[in-house]
Amino acid sequence: MSPTQFERAAKATPPMLAQKIRGLSDRAIAWIFVAPTIFLLLAINIFPLIWTIRLSFTNFRVNRPNADVQFVGLENYRRILSDADIWLTMQTTAHFLIWTIFLQVLIGFSLAYLINKKFRGNDLWTTIIVFPMMLSPAVVGNFWTFLYQPQIGLFNYVVGFLTHTDPSSFSMIGDVNLAPWAIVIVDTWMWTPFVMLICLAGLRSIPSSIYEAAECDRASKWRQFWTITLPMVLPFLMLAVLFRGIENFKMFDLVVQLTGGGPGSITELTSINLKREAFEKWRTGYSSAYAVILFVTVFGLASIYVKALNKVKER
Amino acid sequence: MSSYSITEPSKRQKWFAGSLVIFYAVVTLMPLLWIIATGFKSPSDAIAYPPKVLFQPTLEGYVNLFTTRTRATPEMLVQAGEPKTWYDRIVRQYDMVIAGPSRYGERFMNSVIIGFGSTFFAIVLGTAAAYAFSRFRIPLKDDLLFFILSTRMMPPIAVAIPIFLMFRQLGLSDTHLGMILLYTAINLSLSVWLIHGFINEIPVEYEEAALIDGYTRFQAFYKVVLPQATTGIASTAIFCLIFAWNEYALAALLTSGTAQTAPPFIPTIIGNGGQDWPAVAAGATIFLVPVMVFTILLRKNLLRGITFGAVRK
Repeated sequence: MSPTQFERAAKATPPMLAQKIRGLSDRAIAWIFVAPTIFLLLAINIFPLIWTIRLSFTNFRVNRPNADVQFVGLENYRRILSDADIWLTMQTTAHFLIWTIFLQVLIGFSLAYLINKKFRGNDLWTTIIVFPMMLSPAVVGNFWTFLYQPQIGLFNYVVGFLTHTDPSSFSMIGDVNLAPWAIVIVDTWMWTPFVMLICLAGLRSIPSSIYEAAECDRASKWRQFWTITLPMVLPFLMLAVLFRGIENFKMFDLVVQLTGGGPGSITELTSINLKREAFEKWRTGYSSAYAVILFVTVFGLASIYVKALNKVKER
Repeated sequence: MSSYSITEPSKRQKWFAGSLVIFYAVVTLMPLLWIIATGFKSPSDAIAYPPKVLFQPTLEGYVNLFTTRTRATPEMLVQAGEPKTWYDRIVRQYDMVIAGPSRYGERFMNSVIIGFGSTFFAIVLGTAAAYAFSRFRIPLKDDLLFFILSTRMMPPIAVAIPIFLMFRQLGLSDTHLGMILLYTAINLSLSVWLIHGFINEIPVEYEEAALIDGYTRFQAFYKVVLPQATTGIASTAIFCLIFAWNEYALAALLTSGTAQTAPPFIPTIIGNGGQDWPAVAAGATIFLVPVMVFTILLRKNLLRGITFGAVRK
């Protein structure tokens, strides 16, 4: 955010204007206004985070409150990073992330491109397309298990009809090979509108004078797309990918309701795996270390990505 | 009044683009329409093969959603006499009598209380903080704003472990107050960032004029700034409400009996042998339709809300 004219003007104004008149000083008001927010965030975000970090060095278990808690150093971290199962869930998460982002960018951008042709009623249809993204993922995910039922499910029926196969011959969430795609499909259905909206904002931010100039220079439509449209939408597209990346790395509610991580642990994303460790096996210390690793990963990757994004913006 | 432009898409292009987008919209809407339709089906219609598009609508799903029923013996049925109400009559088809209300009403009310409660606090605290960040010189302002945003990057399950322990210690687990505090804290990141953007757009000169006219800072804030930021604050409030309304992971882990909200409850609605799909669909419909209405109200600020103010139209 670059400082606006007004912000610059605000900085230039003598700061103690209010005090000269009457009432509390600006500084006092500033603190009264900010303090509750900071306090609540410290209490509900930072304090627990520090607690998690502390627990991650112990062998504490919630379901055994009377057992003595031992400091185990980096043992939990060592065990997690050398655990083959956890690397497997990481792979599952990577598969989910890569495919959902790929499909959402592809479909979302295409839709935005089409909507930007400004046909009649495009606002109305945009709003309709956005619906899935605003709904509760858990409730919708649960209902998708119904659509995915062999034979009676609408999804199986439609796919069976289009491909001339028997709708009871395949089970999207029961089959080891299909389940990873079942979650990709629902996530894509839900979140494509998100990418679409951001791309649409990007497309609408391109001034038409650039296209007019290109048209005068006899640049082909194809050339215009690759040298004007795409580079100018790229920062927006990258932002959309950042948001989807963070959100899907944390993905829990939709998938837990759809497959519960199954069959077996084929669709067990890291969040689901973490939930099992923390709230089913009650290995609190161990899962705290796991949570810290996930947070550092997300934070680290996001920071690197934001740097790249800023470079693209500067160009 | 638009002049002819060489970059304006041709009629044919528009028609082509329009039909593709409408096709996508119809396909993407199918699952949602299917939820609404299933809510009005009888259990046998709901699981019919091939899936039924046309069916005799019934309110059975809704009755099953809001009541618990017991199977009655023939003698009991005679004793109970003729069904008195329309919902009695629906239940009687299956030789059942209504035993009492189900827990759906309660769960729905919990969603309302926790949703509105947390939205209220997130907006009050968020507006104050956003105003301060926008108008005053605060040390480490950018770092603080980024810190507020970064709290959203945590996976909810990772947050849940210490919150679970903390709430147990403080007696806040499975209470409305606990969930309201928790959702307020999570929504603060959104409300501070969005409202900060909205207030930044209001020229500071208005307040300065008010201050010179003898208003205090406080008066200038609520008589000059707040009225101008109302639309922005209202949209932010709806976003906070939708988040709290939709949240599942924390609600599922931290509530069970008294403060459970609707999202963890709806998937547990079961009938004879498996999920009672018409009832589930009825519950989902009642739960999802308000959000669709809100989405329509929000459409101007939608993009801003979902990107934390990073993209403005």
